Amino acid sequence: MRVGVFICHCGNNIAGTVDVARVAAETRMLPGVVYATDYMYTCSEPGQAEIKKAIRDEGLSRVVVAACSPRMHEVTFRRTVEKAGLNRYLFEMANIREHCSWIGEDREENTRKAVETVRMAVAKVIRNKPLVSSSFPVKKRVLVIGAGVAGMQAALDCADGGLETVVVEKSPSIGGMMARLDKTFPTIDCSICILGPKMVDVAQHELISLHAYSEIEDIKGYVGNYEVKVRKKATYVDWSKCTGCGECMEKCPGKNAYDHFNYGVAPTKAINIPFPQAIPKKARIDREFCRQFIKGKCGVCAKVCPTKAIDYEMADEFVTEEVGAIIVATGYGLLGQEKLPEYGAGRYPDIISGIQYERLLNASGPTQGHILRPSDGAEPKSVVFISCAGSRDRSIGVPYCSNFCCMYIAKQAILTKDHIPDSRSYVFYMDIRASGKGYDEFTRRAQEEYGVRYIRGRVSRIYPKGKKMVVKGADTLLGAQVEVEADLVVLATAAVAAPGAAELAEKLHISYDTNGFYVESHPKLRPVETNTAGVYLAGAAQGPKDIPASVGQGSAAAAKVLSLLSKEMLESDPVIARVNTSACVGCLKCMKTCPFQAIKEESLRGKTVASVIETVCAGCGVCASTCPCGAIQLSHFTDNQILAEVNALCRI
Amino acid sequence: MKEYAYYQGCSLEGTASAYDRSIRLVMKSLGVTIMEPPDWSCCGSTPAHAFDHLLAAALCARNLAIVESMGASALMTPCPSCLSAFKKAQARMAGNELFRKDVNDLLETPYNGTVTAKSALQVLYEDIGPEEAAGPVTIDLAGLRIAPYYGCILNRPPKIAAFDDPENPVSMDRLLTAIGAEVVDFAFKVECCGAAFGVPKRDIVLSLTAKVLSMALDAGANCIAVACPLCQQNLDLRQSQVNRSLGTSFAVPVLYFSQIMGLAYGYTPKEVGLTKNIISADALISPSRPAKKQGVGSG
Repeated sequence: MRVGVFICHCGNNIAGTVDVARVAAETRMLPGVVYATDYMYTCSEPGQAEIKKAIRDEGLSRVVVAACSPRMHEVTFRRTVEKAGLNRYLFEMANIREHCSWIGEDREENTRKAVETVRMAVAKVIRNKPLVSSSFPVKKRVLVIGAGVAGMQAALDCADGGLETVVVEKSPSIGGMMARLDKTFPTIDCSICILGPKMVDVAQHELISLHAYSEIEDIKGYVGNYEVKVRKKATYVDWSKCTGCGECMEKCPGKNAYDHFNYGVAPTKAINIPFPQAIPKKARIDREFCRQFIKGKCGVCAKVCPTKAIDYEMADEFVTEEVGAIIVATGYGLLGQEKLPEYGAGRYPDIISGIQYERLLNASGPTQGHILRPSDGAEPKSVVFISCAGSRDRSIGVPYCSNFCCMYIAKQAILTKDHIPDSRSYVFYMDIRASGKGYDEFTRRAQEEYGVRYIRGRVSRIYPKGKKMVVKGADTLLGAQVEVEADLVVLATAAVAAPGAAELAEKLHISYDTNGFYVESHPKLRPVETNTAGVYLAGAAQGPKDIPASVGQGSAAAAKVLSLLSKEMLESDPVIARVNTSACVGCLKCMKTCPFQAIKEESLRGKTVASVIETVCAGCGVCASTCPCGAIQLSHFTDNQILAEVNALCRI
Repeated sequence: MKEYAYYQGCSLEGTASAYDRSIRLVMKSLGVTIMEPPDWSCCGSTPAHAFDHLLAAALCARNLAIVESMGASALMTPCPSCLSAFKKAQARMAGNELFRKDVNDLLETPYNGTVTAKSALQVLYEDIGPEEAAGPVTIDLAGLRIAPYYGCILNRPPKIAAFDDPENPVSMDRLLTAIGAEVVDFAFKVECCGAAFGVPKRDIVLSLTAKVLSMALDAGANCIAVACPLCQQNLDLRQSQVNRSLGTSFAVPVLYFSQIMGLAYGYTPKEVGLTKNIISADALISPSRPAKKQGVGSG
């Protein structure tokens, strides 16, 4: 047994509060250690070269690096020792930075703790066994959940890269939030004009199959081999016969259906095509508002449909797709106005959200692009925009910034002036966040060229006065209270997690943070990966972001998938559970507690034993702690290996 | 049979005696027993908690201990300020063992934290409920269009008051609607009237009160209902001052919601203390005095 130990200075990060030379000296005296040294930056190229040289020159059979967290560089150093001919699992990392030098200033204490931590790592590495990965084949198919701009971009890039792509979209049409926008900042491009061609590409690409108005029912399997059950929800219209002519929508007597696409700013018909550029351009019955379903009497759409596509008896269908990787691009939701009691809690029709205003501005919206007050259909002459309606407010539970509102408010204010030249727009703001290319110039234009009155201060109350709404707020730059009588008030409501995000995360075995957004592997360096192999993120599902950022992440996720599935076989992680069948009594408690369903029952020469499904096991160790006989052990973290660390610490 | 310890507080013995009178009548009609705690003393209100929290808590805890020794577990008080004092005292004592000990050390009888304090409005809305409260109604209140004004501390701070919605409360609205009155959609339910600034900064009170009165009229009301002696004082007593100061001509009657309930139950204006109101409500009440409501019995 020849153990080599390398104590890293990490510049001043570790050496600043730990006497690294002393740690090396004390480590040299441990049984099994034949070589111990300290080095400035072990992870650097010369640093790694040092390790490889020492392995060769000193004939090392085990290596310990005492440095940062294994989450930082375990992978790096494993590769290093492997290049020098050692099995990568004959390596241990002792965290003397995040767990030691970075915690306190007491040099004596920190050095003592570093010595103990290294001692534990040495005790463990001596008991490490070489582990070898096995390979398994992968399916060269990818699933994209969500067909907003991020999902669409990811799907197109994957398909263009040669992968069969399955797209599942919850709404009746693809396009997401971007399809609802009128114009986009900072170029004032027409949103659907730039998105439409992409939508058509998704629909027509030979390698993309689209399941619209569908949801993920169930996901089984592991990276490279997922089995996904998709629920295709009943639309009550046979989409293979529907031509999207719109006759049904025109004749439907059910006028008060909630318009999901228009976020309820105006009602729609019970049978509807969401918007003119919808893809698929097919009708759907919302049974909650349909007289045929509620009262059993109507049937007008069935009578007028020229292709006899209406089918009231339709049921949900299930389809199973087998894919090798999954990209989650499920977007975001918006804070409901009922969470904003100071602003009327949604009781007043002339206080609307940003997305509802966008639909009023849009020529294919409920007012054909004329800005009209929802209460009386009059044209507003004074419009007040309120930034941060809910965002950056800990008391509402939304402590973060929603990313794009400052920009879209400036855009909407500019468009308001275009639509109604004699109007006056006001924006109540706390800060103006305009960090993208051309963004600051854009918000400045709103103020300087379009005469939008920007007032720095929050709004404390909005109340009705006659036909107007009085917006009462502060102007902190003037140091005064202000009251603006508005004809229409637009709230930039906070971006929140998409409805159903938590349930989907559980099916995918990925994490979400306290705000409901999906968690990336590393906030700086791995923004589109999750900690679950084979599942990637793109777009606002990972955190509120604008169109260019979403498109960027869509392409990034696709690149990750293309690289993952570029090989014929993938290597499995050998840090998994293994059953000692002689010790196993077949109680199967491990099978019941495994969170990944990675253990199955097997009959071995007439005896019931547990058996681990290697490719599904995530190496969490719950089974090892559950087993009453110690028969199932987690490789690389066996009871003996862990107890050796404990004994080393307690000096038994 | 519901019974509560009934803490009047100082205002109800003095300027708000009409509130006290009408609450007692309403409770009698509903079969609720109220018992005055013997030797009750001042709750401390604004001056105490602005000066010393220990004193404020002790003043309240003394009364709560008396309620405990009465064998009662529920305390009803019509005055929001008293209520707020009681609830804050209880919250502080429950949350901090050292504080609780300090307070109890000042008392003859320690307080053991077993009393629930509620406002009279809360009792009527939560414990009795609008449906049962409509039981004793015998008079039709047609012609009365009410703007319910809740004031500031009846349901705020939300965690301490633990009652109704802090921005758009509906308890008074619902109770008054249940007894047959028309309640308007009033946007200034919880808007500040100036509160205790009436003495040191009267102009603030006058301008804020004017806004409340004006909004009530804009909403189509012809009277305002209140649940607080200070609200009543600012809106009613000072209405003439508002008119003099701002050149307005408000003449909006401001009634305690319990007075309105009492009238609906068939009590005379004198019985519910309408003579104590500065702005006369005669014009509203007399025309609506007539016919017994069809199909409404008692209970």
